[in-house]
Amino acid sequence: MLPILQVGPLAIQLPGLLLLAGVWVGSSVIEKQARRLRLPVAALSNMVFIGLVAGLLGARLWYAARYLSVYMDNPLSLLSLNPTTLAPAEGMLSGLLVALIYGQRKGLPLWATLDALAPGLAAFAVAYGFANLASGDAFGAPSDLPWSIDLWGARRHPSQIYEILLAGVIFASIRELGRRSPFSFTGFLFLAWVALAAASRLFLEAFRGDSAIVLGTLRLAQLVSLGVLLGAMLAMHLRARSRESQPA
Amino acid sequence: MAVWTADWIARPSRWIPLMGITLALGAAWIWMSAAPAAATTGGQIPSPREGFLAPDFTLELLGGGQVTLSDLRGKAVVINLWASWCPPCRAEMPAIQRVYESSSGRGLEVLAVNTTYQDSERAALEFTQELGLTFPVPLDRSGTVSRSYQLRALPSTFFVDRDGIIRKVIIGGPMSEVTIQTAVEEILEGGG
Repeated sequence: MLPILQVGPLAIQLPGLLLLAGVWVGSSVIEKQARRLRLPVAALSNMVFIGLVAGLLGARLWYAARYLSVYMDNPLSLLSLNPTTLAPAEGMLSGLLVALIYGQRKGLPLWATLDALAPGLAAFAVAYGFANLASGDAFGAPSDLPWSIDLWGARRHPSQIYEILLAGVIFASIRELGRRSPFSFTGFLFLAWVALAAASRLFLEAFRGDSAIVLGTLRLAQLVSLGVLLGAMLAMHLRARSRESQPA
Repeated sequence: MAVWTADWIARPSRWIPLMGITLALGAAWIWMSAAPAAATTGGQIPSPREGFLAPDFTLELLGGGQVTLSDLRGKAVVINLWASWCPPCRAEMPAIQRVYESSSGRGLEVLAVNTTYQDSERAALEFTQELGLTFPVPLDRSGTVSRSYQLRALPSTFFVDRDGIIRKVIIGGPMSEVTIQTAVEEILEGGG
């Protein structure tokens, strides 16, 4: 755990820096894959950038809406650089929505575009694991294994390391698959990433110490992941079938 | 490419049995890893992190008397660690004072813990007088509280709800008044 990197007088917030690195590496592999799939690279890059900006703006505006009276007194605080005054889920949703609208107006084909995004998303997931390692978030359940780490007042599973390793394997597989594209139906690469990411979460959530619990003892993230995994497989079935019904 | 177009991903009928297997295996794993009560923290373990119990301490106050964090259950508490020589600490103190004045009537307490082991009591006193601070200033003379809160940067601020659970941690500063006020709303609402 190393949330703050001290470089002389500069205190750098390491998790944020790692996420930024993830965005950077992610966008570069997205461009590579886009070229391979013969998509307009500039339009796609713009879509990613606009989506990120919209996500950030949305996260701040939703947070402000929650505490409207406080922000009415001091509207300039909307521009604050403090990452704790953001609403992450709402932000992600607004970013996705804006990216979707932009992509549609630019005439980007939906499934092929998603395929181009897949390696970037997989790369970002690795960076996200490193960010969690730096901040101590997404921490493990208490355990007494030889490789357990001391964190947050207990010896715990190094869940962030598991996360990094598995995300690394997924990134390598998606990149390898991406080299072999195009596939018999568009959307395969993206759906494969969704399925692998969901399977990884389904497996690793078992070692987490911060799970939200529903129905007594079940981990919410596992139920959601299984649903997403099955959904991705169903989508593959449907994509394959729609291709089959078309004359080749 | 030819390999993949001919490959079995393209055959819709392949996916249905695979989904069945996935569902069975997934459900089994979820069942096996169902959380025992101890798997989540539930605010039982003291650690300086969101969702955990705020590590307890008893410190002497600047100007006499002492304070124990656990005696303040039922109140929302802002714990701010600072030093007189730290410019962002100085910059955010007036905002903390204003939030304290406006919200102490609703059950807010502020403990501005001076990191005395790397500061001096005299400097701390001059600082509080100069800025007209009215909330209690505990003195961390030995550094034990800074250690138990894993102090890495000044200022660091912990927002503790009425049950003694940390709801938000802000490392570094200065925090704007809005940032402080919104976090304070969270801890005033949360907890019993």
